[in-house]
Amino acid sequence: MLKKVSAASAISSDPAIIEAADKLILPGVGAFDDGMKNLTERGLTELLNVQVLQRKKPILGLCLGMQLFTRRSEEGQLPGLSWMNAETVRFKFDEPNPQLKIPHMGWNTLQIRHPHPLLADLGADARFYFVHSYHVSCADVGNVLAETNYGYDFASVVVRENILGAQFHPEKSHKFGMGLLKNFAERV
Amino acid sequence: MLRTRVIPCLLLKDRGLVKTVKFRDPTYLGDPINIVKIFNDKEVDELVFLDITATVENRRPPFDLLSKITSECFMPLGYGGGVRHLEDIRKLLNLGVEKVAVNSYAVENPLFIKAAADQAGSQSIVASIDVKANRLGEYEVYTHSGQKATGLHPVKLAIEMEEQGAGELLLNSIDRDGTMQGYDLELIRQVSRAVTIPVVASGGAATIQHLAEVVKQGGASAAAAGSMFVFQGPRRAVLISYPSSQELRATFGD
Repeated sequence: MLKKVSAASAISSDPAIIEAADKLILPGVGAFDDGMKNLTERGLTELLNVQVLQRKKPILGLCLGMQLFTRRSEEGQLPGLSWMNAETVRFKFDEPNPQLKIPHMGWNTLQIRHPHPLLADLGADARFYFVHSYHVSCADVGNVLAETNYGYDFASVVVRENILGAQFHPEKSHKFGMGLLKNFAERV
Repeated sequence: MLRTRVIPCLLLKDRGLVKTVKFRDPTYLGDPINIVKIFNDKEVDELVFLDITATVENRRPPFDLLSKITSECFMPLGYGGGVRHLEDIRKLLNLGVEKVAVNSYAVENPLFIKAAADQAGSQSIVASIDVKANRLGEYEVYTHSGQKATGLHPVKLAIEMEEQGAGELLLNSIDRDGTMQGYDLELIRQVSRAVTIPVVASGGAATIQHLAEVVKQGGASAAAAGSMFVFQGPRRAVLISYPSSQELRATFGD
């Protein structure tokens, strides 16, 4: 999909390539602890800290990738990257509702709370594909760029300076996801 | 608000797309890559591919074809057919397939569903259940593309699949397949009530009202259809179509 938005990209865990990149995307599916363990075992945690916190490279975390930016997750024991003052929590509904299945899976919309170049010009009918049982809960509402409703409103796009995260899968979200990735490549 | 998913379900046979009636008489539709491109342009919610001869021919999934398909697919894609190795599931997910459906082998070895869900996560594992009325008029699960009776009631198998960790059920009515007479609402209702995981209903849809019916009356979480999206008119001319986002929202009220 990055090819379609004409952004030169490489899938890599090679420190030299990560250092040379202008921008980074941290995708991720699977469990929180597995994600952190993978980063640590490949020696990427320290490298990413330098690239993101000191050199201020724009980074976009997707799904689990975004959740790894938080301090911790109810899904695991290991600490997260702790780049954001936020935690990852499981969907919890006040009343059991058979319609609200976990995972939250399917197409849903964004309510934009703060305008940001990442979310510019996505169109009024923009919808995105979600698959997740856990979501990010920000201590600072200023970090929440957009919310999505599933039983309640949760943070679906977050920001802290150069750090951006989206809970959905833009790569599975047709032209809407393509628009967001293009924004990340060209406008952020 | 989460939207109701409407899913074209496409059948692969000898690397071409086909459409069956009651799991028989496959009609050739065209090249899968071309058809995927059309569905991609129509911004469908999700696509499911079932290789209907993989199990009967004792073949593994057609990985090279699927890798071409996923590179054209900017929506979630499910695949089923000949899945009986964990290694194949890993390979499919690495190709960009979102969900892997297991049918015949889930009946032969239900523990495979558990192993698959442990490895890939429940959200990626779909138990696909094909049902037809047996000689006594009772619902019965069939495997091997509808050729092999199992003696199992679909509700019993559905509950077991959920317990083993399947994240979703794809429930196909063999009797309604390709008939365009509407879904078997009774079957869908029985299974939907028995499980908490999403049930994707398949078999019989011809109109957008059928899609609404199976969700509102049948209790399905999502509606899959084949003929409705590939045929046009009483002479069943091949024409790929899909309702617009506006039509779907008006129908489902979400």
